[in-house]
Amino acid sequence: MAERRVKVGGKVGLHARPAALFVQTAAEVEGEVTVAKGDSPPVSAKSVLAVMGLDVRHGDEIVINVGGDDPEAVLDRLVEIANAD
Amino acid sequence: MLIGIGVSAGVGYGPVVRLTRSVPEPSEGEQHGGDIDTETRRAVSAMEETARDLTARGERAGGHAQEVLNAQALMARDPALTDDVRRRVGEGASATRAVFEAMDVYREMLVNAGDYLAARVADLDDVRDRVVARLLGVTVPGIPESSTPFVLVANDLAPADTALLDPELVLAFVTEEGGPTSHTAILARSLGLPAVVACPGCTEVREGTRLLVDGMTGEVVPDPAPALVEEVEAKAAARAAAAAESTGPGRTSDGHEVPLLANIGGPKELPAALENGAEGIGLYRTEFLFLDRPDVPDHEEQVAAYRAVLDAFPGGKVIVRTLDAGADKPLAFLPPPAPEPNPALGERGLRMMRRFPDTLASQLAALAEARRDTKADLRVMAPMVTDLDDAEWFAAASADAGIPDAGIMIEVPVAALRARHLAGAVGFFSIGTNDLTQYACAADREIGGLSRFQDSWQPGVLELVAAAATAAAEAGRPCGVCGEAAADPILGCVLVGLGITTLSMGATALPLVRAALARSTLAQCREAAEAALAARNAAEAKQAARNRLPGTAALEL
Repeated sequence: MAERRVKVGGKVGLHARPAALFVQTAAEVEGEVTVAKGDSPPVSAKSVLAVMGLDVRHGDEIVINVGGDDPEAVLDRLVEIANAD
Repeated sequence: MLIGIGVSAGVGYGPVVRLTRSVPEPSEGEQHGGDIDTETRRAVSAMEETARDLTARGERAGGHAQEVLNAQALMARDPALTDDVRRRVGEGASATRAVFEAMDVYREMLVNAGDYLAARVADLDDVRDRVVARLLGVTVPGIPESSTPFVLVANDLAPADTALLDPELVLAFVTEEGGPTSHTAILARSLGLPAVVACPGCTEVREGTRLLVDGMTGEVVPDPAPALVEEVEAKAAARAAAAAESTGPGRTSDGHEVPLLANIGGPKELPAALENGAEGIGLYRTEFLFLDRPDVPDHEEQVAAYRAVLDAFPGGKVIVRTLDAGADKPLAFLPPPAPEPNPALGERGLRMMRRFPDTLASQLAALAEARRDTKADLRVMAPMVTDLDDAEWFAAASADAGIPDAGIMIEVPVAALRARHLAGAVGFFSIGTNDLTQYACAADREIGGLSRFQDSWQPGVLELVAAAATAAAEAGRPCGVCGEAAADPILGCVLVGLGITTLSMGATALPLVRAALARSTLAQCREAAEAALAARNAAEAKQAARNRLPGTAALEL
């Protein structure tokens, strides 16, 4: 497991297109992937409904946890999606 | 026979397909027969099939619609949702009830997350209805799949309903609600399909009944006699033949030139404009570049979209309307300052741009660049201009960007009344008759019950058009009409008689308007205009004008 804590830089936060990309990327991982807003309980990053339900907006802090092989590479991609415009 | 308002000419005849919206809620506590595995498989495969269907629809639609449909597909096969459905079926709930309840949990969550996710609630509801309909074996909501052509009947149509519509399969549209300027009407005209709106009782016609729809007269006949179908189709054919004969630039039979231009919403509508002989673009709506995105499109993207249109009309006029946001076209990056109980009267059009001048400046800069190396005659105009201060502000903003002779739309009644003063500040007028009618008659465009007032034949609306056209002529400025009124061949002649210099309309309306002008003299157009102004109401205005334009009788309008 590897963890990363980032401030979301994308203007729409984790909504709309970024949310879909985030979930699709997480779904490719064999192991568990979770995301939490701040210190709230984490949810599965493979569930678009759970991720949207977090209502993560621009500037919110999120904590991503990734299991499986090569979690750092996955974290890089997820962070990139969260920060993209 | 049912009577509505014909908003897009042509005749359609075929079986009714109804746009269904409501899927029954599975009753509370509904249980399955006891075989958990079978019931679970049923639920999961309905979800997966729905996801695949949504993805396939997305692939066909492309663009932004595809993003929305892909996100819906992700919802339909959401693993957390699937787990919840499995658990509920395991506890005895039927597949339909389990899906319904599991979705409801997430629905509540999205509703509580606030405004930002409200649109996603509608998306989720649509997914739920699709899965439940599949499990119940009833028609999936939305426009049903059909391989044979049909008449589409609905209460009303929203842009989302029609994103995936295959125009090849639609014979005509009939809606219970909506007015002449509703989404249905504009879509039908852009596709060249017959449409009747504000047609009471149409949604009670049974699926499969054959309907004869006359988009000119507004008559809708269930199970018509074969002779009637023949007669109505013959008239439509006569109109089509007359339209096909009319070619070349717009002019009256005695040679008074009236350039006929097309209204477009993006470069993909250019082929229809060219096919129908548009001499230029009278209204290029630029909203499509800005809608459904979190930020302003960058300079290069804008320049490319404007150039695409300019390149199609070397030597022709292309009038670009600057961003018309607000009201029914909210933009994520231009929020209104406060909730607007009546957005049509709120901060929209130029009013919004005055609040966000940088957005307008960036659009004008992109237009100025596109203008630099084009053979077309690019003009800009601002929507929703109210007074002289607005007009001067926009003219100055355009001049700053290096675009001279900026124009304004005349949509607000006081702008028409004060046209004399506005004409000195700008290069031209373009009358948006849809909004002008809505504001002059105080009748919301989307409310079917008010259709009597949404009629540009209202003599009061014609008075406002006359005021603007006269003031423009006195100042030596062109004054066009780019509203739907220009698409009505008889009204088009009346507008010319009132002093309108160009007519711009949905491309498919061009041939009939061209034909009507070619069969009338300028003097007849002026007499028709005078008669319409003198009439007591819209119906009499139309009849009086028609009587003074005898050459148009052969068009079977």
